Amino acid sequence: MLSQVSDFLGQTVFTVYIQQIIVMTGINLIAVLGLSILTGFTGLFSFGHGGFMAIGAYVAAIFVARLRLPFALAILAGALGAALVSLLIGRLTLKLKGDYFCIATMGFGEAVRIILNNVNYVGGARGWESLPLLTNIWLVLGLDVVFVVLTWNLINSRHGRNLVAVREEELASQMAGIDVFRYKMIALVASAALAGVAGALLANYLQFLRPTMFNMGKSTDLTIMVIFGGLGSISGTIAGTILLTGLPEFFRNFAQWRLVVYGLAVIVIMVGRPQGVMGGFELTPSGVRKSLASRKARLALEAEVRAAEREGKA
Amino acid sequence: MSAILEVKGLTKRFGGLAAVNQVSFRVAEGSISGLIGPNGAGKTTIFNLVTGVYKVTEGTIEFRGESIQDLEPYKVADKGITRTFQNIRLFKSLSARDNVLIACHMSAKYGLFESIFRLPRYWKEEKVLRDKAESLLEIMGLQDRMDVTANNLPYGLQRRLEITRALALDPKLLLLDEPAAGMNPDETVQLMRLIGEVRDQFKLSVLVIEHHMDLIMGVCEHIHVLNFGCTLADGSPEDIANDPKVVEAYLGAENDR
Repeated sequence: MLSQVSDFLGQTVFTVYIQQIIVMTGINLIAVLGLSILTGFTGLFSFGHGGFMAIGAYVAAIFVARLRLPFALAILAGALGAALVSLLIGRLTLKLKGDYFCIATMGFGEAVRIILNNVNYVGGARGWESLPLLTNIWLVLGLDVVFVVLTWNLINSRHGRNLVAVREEELASQMAGIDVFRYKMIALVASAALAGVAGALLANYLQFLRPTMFNMGKSTDLTIMVIFGGLGSISGTIAGTILLTGLPEFFRNFAQWRLVVYGLAVIVIMVGRPQGVMGGFELTPSGVRKSLASRKARLALEAEVRAAEREGKA
Repeated sequence: MSAILEVKGLTKRFGGLAAVNQVSFRVAEGSISGLIGPNGAGKTTIFNLVTGVYKVTEGTIEFRGESIQDLEPYKVADKGITRTFQNIRLFKSLSARDNVLIACHMSAKYGLFESIFRLPRYWKEEKVLRDKAESLLEIMGLQDRMDVTANNLPYGLQRRLEITRALALDPKLLLLDEPAAGMNPDETVQLMRLIGEVRDQFKLSVLVIEHHMDLIMGVCEHIHVLNFGCTLADGSPEDIANDPKVVEAYLGAENDR
């Protein structure tokens, strides 16, 4: 019954083309969610997460195509592989301040791509074709829901609040007893693991892999989706991913202008609205309640200050 | 009274410059002590050394009889020392409530796994944290301002919030770096009262850096005076006020004129 329903939906409601866009958006969303933890909530900018996605993709591909192991295990291995590498990278780079960390991640992403170019076991620069098709729309959407919920739970816990504290004010976080290095590491490993999952799904959806798929352009795409959607907002991350993965598809003919629009969007947002389209706002009942309460409290405060001033003058 | 903080022969050199040179003092348990001196005397450097932001060049720092020099800042906070900053450092884009809630984190022990899967311990301890943050904000008179973004608070309340956040860690020693900076006389008097109340209510010791002499003389039981990184005087407020060397450092010697 269920499969009939899904076949029906698959054939009528979602044409193959629309399905493809949804799957690609869903896969991107997993990687962007991870990056949202790192960039949006912890304040560390990365331009190398394509590298972690590549590790997840190639590890998963080896698991299913070479070792003939089940897909679930391959996804897990992709996530673990990326997480382990991020642990090492984090040890080396997380003590770097701001822009220097950013440059280090950029170097890491490029290094992964160039190493993959030279490993013939996985096809080298020519690429690796005829991988099995194992990813489908339901798996991707199901994982999207799971990861959105888990990310939400992480952010709304004392650990998530500590990440935000690190973003807001590092020195004050230290004085509040927060091990800044450890929390940066948690954010980096979580983001790498999610990028690994996304890579694993991608490899077994496109059925081919090529190192250039994970170049710096891919890494920047992911980061831009986070910034565009709004730093420090999970609903913003979802909105940013849908808009920036989906829109170029609807403007296929202008695809070469996409990067120009990207660049402009980033500049405009960085200058005019550094907190992103959604800012820290969450489009959920609790998020709306919170921002209403904040507005009300601010207005009450302003009214009192004005009243006090008037009294002082009188 | 026994000392909660004991600093001996503390020295910090930046290249050839000794910002702090052979300074020794103690903070008696339960006291409010003052650290004063002209600009550049090394007061904030001492705070940075005690809290582990800077590494000590020479000397020892003991907190409750235990050596704490060269500990990471977050570990110093863990031991029970916390501070406020000369230029307020709040989590600016977060609400007052979240500022305090973050600092309460050490009162909960649930782990990462328990948070992402929302296990029972998460719910139980999260409630404890929220109650604690709210009751602290209430004690400090910020109950009507809990939802205001820290950045939107007036200056005096920002100072107050920073102290509230520091108290959320249940410190044994509170370091206040120029808490009255930029305050008018009214606010300063309120702050003096607040420091005394906080000490009594939370049973802690306070070390305060300040330039407002009326605040220092009004609230401190013991004062340590620095000048050019060295100790100039040490004693009760009366001794300090009458010490010719202190008067000279602040106002200049007679033959200077």
